[in-house]
Amino acid sequence: MDALIACHECDLIHRVKPLPKKGVANCIRCGSVLYRHKSNSLERTLALSLAGLVLFVLANWLPFLSLKMEAQVHQINLVTGIKVLYTQDMQALAILVLLTTILAPLVQLLGLLYVLLPLRHDRVPPKFAPIFRLVRSLETWSMMEVFMLGILVSVVKLAKMAQIVPGIAIFSFFGLIVVLAAANVSLDPHEIWDRWEKLR
Amino acid sequence: MKSIPFTARNASQISCHSCHLLCRINFSKIGKSLICPRCGATLHQRKPNSLKRTWALVLAAAIFYIPANLLPVTVVISFGKAQADTIMSGVIYFISSGMWPIALVIFVASILVPMLKLMTLTFLLITVQRKSAWRPKDRTRLYRITEAVGRWSMVDIYVVTILVALVNLGNLATIKAGPGAGFFAAVVVITIFAAMSFDPRLIWDAKETLDE
Repeated sequence: MDALIACHECDLIHRVKPLPKKGVANCIRCGSVLYRHKSNSLERTLALSLAGLVLFVLANWLPFLSLKMEAQVHQINLVTGIKVLYTQDMQALAILVLLTTILAPLVQLLGLLYVLLPLRHDRVPPKFAPIFRLVRSLETWSMMEVFMLGILVSVVKLAKMAQIVPGIAIFSFFGLIVVLAAANVSLDPHEIWDRWEKLR
Repeated sequence: MKSIPFTARNASQISCHSCHLLCRINFSKIGKSLICPRCGATLHQRKPNSLKRTWALVLAAAIFYIPANLLPVTVVISFGKAQADTIMSGVIYFISSGMWPIALVIFVASILVPMLKLMTLTFLLITVQRKSAWRPKDRTRLYRITEAVGRWSMVDIYVVTILVALVNLGNLATIKAGPGAGFFAAVVVITIFAAMSFDPRLIWDAKETLDE
C-alpha cells in the first residue's frame, strides 16, 4: 500500500507516488505543493550547511561596511547596529534584529549539521525530533535576504552625504544567503523523517 | 448530492503540522492532547482557535499601524539640529532626490504590504465566517502569497539598524532610532503571527458543509 499524505492547506488526502527527477506533486484541489523530488538531498544539504557555517563566521567577524565622511572613517560589523539599538533604549528592536539576522541562521545551520551528519552515517543524535522541528520552524524567522535589501537601501540613502566602502564580510554575508537558501531548497524533510523513523 | 471529499478530517485522521505524518485519531485518548507518534509535536485537526487568534492579531497590528506611520522612525542629529523622519517622509525624500526605484521599494515593503496583508487576512476571516464558497482555490492562493511576502516588510527596520550603526559620528552626525521603528517592527511581527495562526483549511471546510 502506498503511504498517504494530507494537503496542509486544504486537508485533502493523496497517495504518495514516486516522482520523476525534479518533479513536483501538487494538491489536485487547491494546487499547493505536496512534496518534491530531490536528489542527494541529505548530502547536498549537509555540504551547503558546512559551507554556510564558514561563511557565517566570516560574515560576523570581518568588517562589514565603512563610512568615510570628511576626515573620519567609521567601520562597523554586522552586529554593530544591534549594539547601538540596544544602547538607544530600543532593546526589543535590537533583540528582533539579532534573532532574524544572526541567531536564527546560526541555529538553523548548527541544527542541520547536528541532525544530518549522524544520520548520514546511520546514527541518530539525541533529541533528534525537537531539534529538527526547531530547525524547520526557524526558516520563517531567518531574514538575511531582507537585511541585504536593507543594506542596499541604506547605502543609496547615504551615498550623497558620505562615501560607503563595502567590507569583506558583506560578500561572505551574500554568499551565506545563497548557501542557506540552497540548503533549505535541497532539504527534503519527508526523507529525513522517514530515514530517522527507520533507524529509531 | 456531491461526493464527500476524502480529507484527513473526514477520514478521522490528523495531518501533523510539523512532519506531515498522517495520524489516525486514537478515540480512547480524546480529551487529552494528542501527540504525533513520529516527531512529538502536538496534533490539531485545525489550528486551535484560528479565527479568534487571527482576528485579535489583525486588530492589534491595525492599531499599531497608526503610530508606526505617524511617529518618526529615525532622528538625524547634526551639529545640534535634529530632523525626524517618518516612513512616508523617507519615501518622499527618495522621490524628491530622483531615486524612485528605492522609493518604490520602501513604499511597497513598508506601507503597501502591511496594509494589503491586513486587508487580505480580514477578507479571508470574513469569508470563512460567512461560510462562503467563493473561489476557494484563489483564496488559498491569496493566503499563500500573504504568508510569503510578509517578511519583506522588515526591510525598513534593517535600514534603521544599518543607519544607526554607520552614522554614529558624534557631533558631526548621529542617527537615532525613533519610536515609530518600534511600532513598525511590532506590526511586521504581529502580522507574521497572524498569517501563521490562520488555517487555510477552514476555507475548504466551509465549502464542504455547503456541498453536503
